[in-house]
Amino acid sequence: MKRFIERRPVWSLVILIAAAFFLWLVFAIWPDSFEDFLKEDVGGWIGGDFGKQFGRALSRKKVFLSALLDGVTLAALYFLIAAGFTLIFGLMRNVNLAHGSLYLFGGYVGYEFAEWTGYWLLAFPAAFVVSAALGVLLQVLVFRRMEGEDLRQTLVTIGISIVLADVMLWIWGGDFYQILAPSWLSAPVETFLASAQKSSGEIVYLKYSSIRLVILVAAIVLGVAMWLALNRTRVGMLIRAGVDDRDMLSATGIPIQVVFVCVFAFGAGLAGIGGVVGGTFQSLAPGEDTEYLLSSLIVVIVGGMGSIPGAALGALLIGLADTLGAAYFATYAVVFKFLIMVAVLAFRPRGLLGRS
Amino acid sequence: MKKLLSTVAMAALVSFGATGAQAQEPIRIGVLATLEGTYTVLGEDGVRGLKTALAKWNNTAGGRPIEIIIAATDASPDSAVRAARKVVEQDGVDFVIGPLSGSEGIAIRDYAKTQPDVTFINGSSGAMETTYVTPAENFFRYNMDGAQWSVGLGEYIYNEKGYETVATVGEDYSFVYTQVFGFAIDFCKAGGEITERFWVPLGTKDFGSIIAALPDDVDAIYLGLGGGDAVNFLNQYMQAGGEAKLIGGTIMVDGTVLNSKGAAKEALIGTPSAGPQADTWDDPKWQEYVKLYQDTFPEDERFPIPSLLATGYYNSMDAALTCIDQIGGELGEGQADFRQCLATIELDAPNGTITLDDKRQAIGSNFVSEVVQLADGSLATQMVMKVDGINQTLGLDPEAFDAIGLPGRDTPECKSEY
Repeated sequence: MKRFIERRPVWSLVILIAAAFFLWLVFAIWPDSFEDFLKEDVGGWIGGDFGKQFGRALSRKKVFLSALLDGVTLAALYFLIAAGFTLIFGLMRNVNLAHGSLYLFGGYVGYEFAEWTGYWLLAFPAAFVVSAALGVLLQVLVFRRMEGEDLRQTLVTIGISIVLADVMLWIWGGDFYQILAPSWLSAPVETFLASAQKSSGEIVYLKYSSIRLVILVAAIVLGVAMWLALNRTRVGMLIRAGVDDRDMLSATGIPIQVVFVCVFAFGAGLAGIGGVVGGTFQSLAPGEDTEYLLSSLIVVIVGGMGSIPGAALGALLIGLADTLGAAYFATYAVVFKFLIMVAVLAFRPRGLLGRS
Repeated sequence: MKKLLSTVAMAALVSFGATGAQAQEPIRIGVLATLEGTYTVLGEDGVRGLKTALAKWNNTAGGRPIEIIIAATDASPDSAVRAARKVVEQDGVDFVIGPLSGSEGIAIRDYAKTQPDVTFINGSSGAMETTYVTPAENFFRYNMDGAQWSVGLGEYIYNEKGYETVATVGEDYSFVYTQVFGFAIDFCKAGGEITERFWVPLGTKDFGSIIAALPDDVDAIYLGLGGGDAVNFLNQYMQAGGEAKLIGGTIMVDGTVLNSKGAAKEALIGTPSAGPQADTWDDPKWQEYVKLYQDTFPEDERFPIPSLLATGYYNSMDAALTCIDQIGGELGEGQADFRQCLATIELDAPNGTITLDDKRQAIGSNFVSEVVQLADGSLATQMVMKVDGINQTLGLDPEAFDAIGLPGRDTPECKSEY
């Protein structure tokens, strides 16, 4: 940190000012002159109906704060799915294109379990265990038989994802499923972030969906736990060693197949938990499997294949691009994440935190 | 099995010879429906409506048995054309019923022009361009388009509900443009104002920031969303504590959303909307149709009340079978007799009488309704107003209508006079 400041004083200053401005945007009550500037000048500069609408959205702090929080919570969901995907790839060099099916399958299992028991929280362990079991079956029955044949494994996973999609359509039909959160989580909660000040001087605080905040906290806890497990435990050491040099690790007498099965099960279970999260604040339906597969592919390409911190960073970037794009340029919101991917591929083809 | 069936059928066709259609030879109908992807549940109900009509006719018309061949699409135009080519060019069907979704309809109209010997009857797709711009001679549509489905809504919410300013949120494609088009003309003529129009990509999952960007200073928000998008929006809208008054587009309050699993749909109770049917209408013909639908399928394999997609496919099939019956099962040279009948028939449909205009587009009745909770806890639409005899130019002079332009993101302008 200190070295960076010494070596790049100008850049450090720019970054510092940007960070301070960002914090001011988040915590301060926006003065009227600033709002007018955004609404009239920026909107007028762009011009037209679009400029007017854009300026109006830009000038409201509520829109900015909500988009920011939405982006971070959506990133939490992306992270859950992409973390397993990237871990499996890092260790086994297996691009598991059936990962989206595990997401949807976990969601459906969670739905059934929550309906059956009446407890939303129980949906998570149920989805984790069942998806993990499916992952173990895939690893033992399919992938172990074609170890080291990357292309063949990838093609087989495409086939499996198509079969699973049709099986799920057969069992659950084309309806939209939504996992019901408990009532204490379904109402919004008032945060400590000020969104506006009334003319009477009273400060209006932002109301935000409590379920999304809970999901965010849970994802952060899980992310930190994963990082600790990978960097501070013996099993984590084995996995990291396997990512670096698989052959050398197995030569030391470690039962590498067991490690593979465990990692695959864990990654699949995370995708299943992701399904419950997605089913709670969005919905479950046929076709979601490929959507989330695509999103997690973009996340790991941006973050760097095989890297957990990379998955977190990629998820954050893509989540924010999605929601800020939706808030300010609703019509073109889908484009931004692909632009990020193109830029990363052009300048850092191994991903932001990927290693060569 | 399917392959075997079509091989046998082909053999039968060849041995009989193409011209000398005998009385007992089946009439073969190709059916296009969205049985894959996001709109699966909509396509499934469309097929149920079609089978309800078949049950009504006992699978025969004009003395000939009816055989249907169903081809799945996924709501994309190229999947619709692929499915149509399969049933027309491989299976050699006599005519086609479908497709279901807006942009598919435009693609099938263009395909119909390349197959002049085959007749096409729309399933339930509702883009205006399909029949209004360069219509195909052999394409018939017995459902109204998205703009016609909006008629009456704007007037009702302005006069009865007292909403004067409205912001719209809609999916960014032809059907929803057409819906907002019809709503805007009606609402602005009545004196209302549309302050902002938000267009979101079809298949948007996360509506959080769009919900935050909705203006607080409007009387109500118009939602032109369907299927999973509608469910996702409502779910997140409730979690964000949204309290604005809502107005629904036609497929926002359809059975496909009102019967979804979960509590999100409850945000819709009391929401006004408009479309080609009102679920709880007490008209005897409507009730008879609902009963027929309920009797044709076991309770766990259908909706409590047919969705508008079922009704659309039912009417198309019913029109076709009525005509085949009238002309005694002989479609005529180049299917001329069949088409003559289709173009002039006055269809006594469960949702009001339907006739076709000179572009073979439906003129019919539209229903303004509100969402109510029934005694058994399920949701349905209840009629508050019915408008009859709606043509494709929405009662406007054709020249004035053309001057507005085709539906788009910013078309039409909100004016008090068109």
